[in-house]
Amino acid sequence: MSAPVTSTHIPVVNPAIEHSRLGSRQHSAGGEGLIPIQTRSERFTSFDVTDFEPVSQTDAEWKYSPLAKFQPLLSSTPSGDPLQQETSVRGAATVDLVPRDDARIGTAGAPEDRASANAWSTFQQATAVTIRVDAAGITGTQAGEVIITRSNIGAEPRAAHTVITAEPHSRGLVIIRNSGPAMLTENVEIVLGDNAELTVVSVQEWQDDAVHLASHFAKIGRGARLKHVTVTLGGAVVRLNPSTHLNGERGNVEMLGVYFADAGQHIEHQVFVNHDAPHTVSRVSYKGALQGDGAHTVWIGDVLIGRAGSGTDSYEQNRNLLLTDGARADSVPNLEIETGDILGAGHATASGRFDDEQLFYLQARGITEEEARRLVVRGFLSEISQKIGYPELEQRLELAIEAELRVS
Amino acid sequence: MSVLSIHDLHVSVETDQGTKRILNGVDLTVNEGEIHAIMGPNGSGKSTLAYTIAGHPKYHVEGGSVTLDGVDLLSLSVDERARAGLFLAMQYPVEIPGVTVTNFLRTAKTAIDGEAPAIRGWIKDIRESMKNLRMDSTFAERNVNEGFSGGEKKRHEILQLELLKPKFAVLDETDSGLDVDALKIVSEGVNRAKANTGLGLLLITHYTRILRYIKPDFVHVFVDGRVAEEGGPELADRLENEGYDRFLNQSNVG
Repeated sequence: MSAPVTSTHIPVVNPAIEHSRLGSRQHSAGGEGLIPIQTRSERFTSFDVTDFEPVSQTDAEWKYSPLAKFQPLLSSTPSGDPLQQETSVRGAATVDLVPRDDARIGTAGAPEDRASANAWSTFQQATAVTIRVDAAGITGTQAGEVIITRSNIGAEPRAAHTVITAEPHSRGLVIIRNSGPAMLTENVEIVLGDNAELTVVSVQEWQDDAVHLASHFAKIGRGARLKHVTVTLGGAVVRLNPSTHLNGERGNVEMLGVYFADAGQHIEHQVFVNHDAPHTVSRVSYKGALQGDGAHTVWIGDVLIGRAGSGTDSYEQNRNLLLTDGARADSVPNLEIETGDILGAGHATASGRFDDEQLFYLQARGITEEEARRLVVRGFLSEISQKIGYPELEQRLELAIEAELRVS
Repeated sequence: MSVLSIHDLHVSVETDQGTKRILNGVDLTVNEGEIHAIMGPNGSGKSTLAYTIAGHPKYHVEGGSVTLDGVDLLSLSVDERARAGLFLAMQYPVEIPGVTVTNFLRTAKTAIDGEAPAIRGWIKDIRESMKNLRMDSTFAERNVNEGFSGGEKKRHEILQLELLKPKFAVLDETDSGLDVDALKIVSEGVNRAKANTGLGLLLITHYTRILRYIKPDFVHVFVDGRVAEEGGPELADRLENEGYDRFLNQSNVG
């Protein structure tokens, strides 16, 4: 990769060396710094933003993202004051603001990109959500529920941190509902104790010009089950990268995503599942609809089955429905397997146009074209929304998708 | 009395080899309560006729007319034709993932009638029709045509025929891919729908098998995109014995 030093010609095939990018820790971690990192597991991580180089469009983790739209979150220091948010708590759960040195912080994972590290370096206090075993001591009967609503966090650059802890044997639901304006970079840590069962849902219904970069880090204990759901309908740029570390035996994760990108909207998910203990299970399923000029979605799904991951059962899929011309869906599944002893590892992606035969079939039953399109898109996305497992939320989501289709 | 009238219909389709003419002047009149069987060899234009009447965008009408009680169907969109009283039971019903049969049926019934059906009577109607068609009750919660067997797809088509109550129905090779039992059940469904609503039927088939269960009033033989011969039920018997050879030779000579 390096240019021959004796040559007086600058080889055209090699990109110019950016001196600002040399000498950072991120570079030294990557050997000579010019060898592209091939796999997600080898990516550099650090809690400190100064360890990261300035971001370039050619970086694997930023390759598809519209960098110009969120420079403030990459190159300047956002405000780290706690976000204005409302919380509602039911059952065996608590929500507190905690200082940076709280013991719960920093156990689930470390930033893999500069925006994430920028948030980590900047936040003043973290929102700590704890799901407990209920007071009666009866395990797994009464779920703790927390809903965090952010509807007016402003358009100034902000950094935030949330740490969600599900105590061993607890059951719970945490919903983060996002709407209004935003220029936000944040990290969300999700830690499941042994045999805990938790659903975490992040809903993005931001206003049209909002920017939201989020990294979710989940660590799943022995026999614990996480259902992780992202729902993204609104915002100019939403990039939500959930990564899950299954490092306890028989850990189980279901990662679901549903999104709807309109003209000019960029919605991106980089999903990572790390199978790092025996007999763990992962199911990743993301589905999106795109309509309008410049609607762009990106899905990168990485699954790593490590040497300790014997008996792993894993499957990931991404499907996109392009409703109009001018929309673009990038979909990249990656699978790395370091052990021969697995139960299953599969992946599938498909991005296709609206099926005219479906339309004809429905119209031949008297249903108008407009209604038929709605039915098909809603049906396509409902495969995910029906899996959330909370009818109230499913219903709200159906209505939101309905509204999205009406606007079109 | 309702009448479906097809006059001098010419239809072409775009292929990789250019425009191909498929229907070359079809004349056909179906009155309410009549059953017309359309028979003919592969490629004679039977299915094209079905899809053209229903308004599939793939088929271009070059000339002629299709009217339902004087209304020009060809000027209507696919859904408008259905609301005018036309139904097409398809040979290859399409899967609609994530849309349950229940939801689909209610949406279609609401569209056809212009108002949502009264819940109690509607649920009863569905149950009864499904029972008659030997469809399991879990069927209603499955997604439209997804993972249906060939027989289930056809029963589902006839279920819609019974529930949507059209004035005229075109059944496109509804018998294909059915075993004897399923063929009987589906045929009973068609006969029941006719007895209940007095609809007119255009029964497109390649084989005479289904005509043992659904008795046609008229039989039309399609060759090269037009009606080559017409007659009563006895014509079907003759085809059963002689096949289509006679017509193919004629057309080759002609």
